Amino acid sequence: MNEGSLFRAWRAMLVRDMLLAMRRKADVLTTLFFFLIVVSLFPLGVGPEIETLRQIAPGVIWVAALLAAMLSLGRLFSDDYDDGTLEQILLLPHSLSMMVLSKVFAHWLLSGLPLVVFSPLLGMQLGLDGDAIILLMITLALGTPALSLIGAVGAGLTLGLRGGGVLVSLLVLPLYIPILIFGAGAVESAASGLGSEAHLSILGAFFIVALVVTPISTAAALRISLD
Amino acid sequence: MLEVRELECVRGDHRLFKGLNFTLQAGELLHLRGSNGAGKTSLLRTLCGLMVPANGDVLWQGESIRSSRDEYNRALTYLGHLNGIKGELSAIENLQISSSLSGITLSEEAILDALTKIGLAGREDLPTKVLSQGQKRRVALARLLLSKTTLWILDEPFTALDVQAVDDLKRLISEHLNADGMVILTTHQHVEIEAGVMKEVDLSA
Repeated sequence: MNEGSLFRAWRAMLVRDMLLAMRRKADVLTTLFFFLIVVSLFPLGVGPEIETLRQIAPGVIWVAALLAAMLSLGRLFSDDYDDGTLEQILLLPHSLSMMVLSKVFAHWLLSGLPLVVFSPLLGMQLGLDGDAIILLMITLALGTPALSLIGAVGAGLTLGLRGGGVLVSLLVLPLYIPILIFGAGAVESAASGLGSEAHLSILGAFFIVALVVTPISTAAALRISLD
Repeated sequence: MLEVRELECVRGDHRLFKGLNFTLQAGELLHLRGSNGAGKTSLLRTLCGLMVPANGDVLWQGESIRSSRDEYNRALTYLGHLNGIKGELSAIENLQISSSLSGITLSEEAILDALTKIGLAGREDLPTKVLSQGQKRRVALARLLLSKTTLWILDEPFTALDVQAVDDLKRLISEHLNADGMVILTTHQHVEIEAGVMKEVDLSA
């Protein structure tokens, strides 16, 4: 019975966050359009030489994905904090880490998955070939969940602080660096013929470690923030 | 049984209270008194386990609430200053979600029934952000009706409610106490609740 009710609660939390996002579509679309616009600015700034663009494409798309992920972090817990529902979530008879995991999964579905889906469009715009685009999608699919997971810790710690939005970037962006290096690196090394397996394995390892560690740290951060 | 032992609460470098002891048995109501800033909300949040006390402990059925958190949360409903409802969702959706989060499945009839009892019939499909302050409070109170918990911790439950709703809530509390429930509440209003045992703790003293 216990596990059944935990699963029901996990699903209810996911459904709740998706439903709230559907009622406030602007929030989801802002992240996606930010991503699309930032990447589209580069050809205008750097110039239209396809060789240059192709070279910087993985890095540009990855940096834009990091910034877009940052942009949506602020709202991960703050709305629930403001209206008191976060208090109620802390008082649920279930493991808080599992509830956090459900919220982070919803956050990824709403802010990370759209980036993965729309990245081929940007890849084509910057002159990447088919193989590179597929690889880019794989790295984003592995990397963006890790971004959401790590970001959740920062969002939990800065909850209710003045200027929390800026602080969360300072806390979280340095932690995003390894994901950026191996995410963009995978595409670059494949393009230069070195193969991308090692990069992808490390990216996968980051994701798994984040999946295990960050829900627990986020739960602890939330308890501290609400104390 | 809820037992509070030598509880001390510190906010910043200001000590709100110390050496607080009391017990609460089935069917008892605790009215928490104190002037503004005496630490009533802090005490209630500590009793819920949201705040960690500087000293002392809160015991539920003889066990510290920090070591048996899930079990304690299963027995507890907390209504704070904030209503804990989502403005984008309707009253029905709010109650459905909050009950499935606590692991109970409720039929739509049960929820509609509770909303009618609390005086929100006809408003159940509106997003709660368009409701008045008092109506939002009623949605939060409907959670009490639907919960099957033993211990209710209510922080200023009567604010923003009209005379009718105050009477409804008093009756709800009496029924809960008669069914061997426990209630801890703060209020500045005069409360006359028919209950077996009524205790008082004054934090300003």
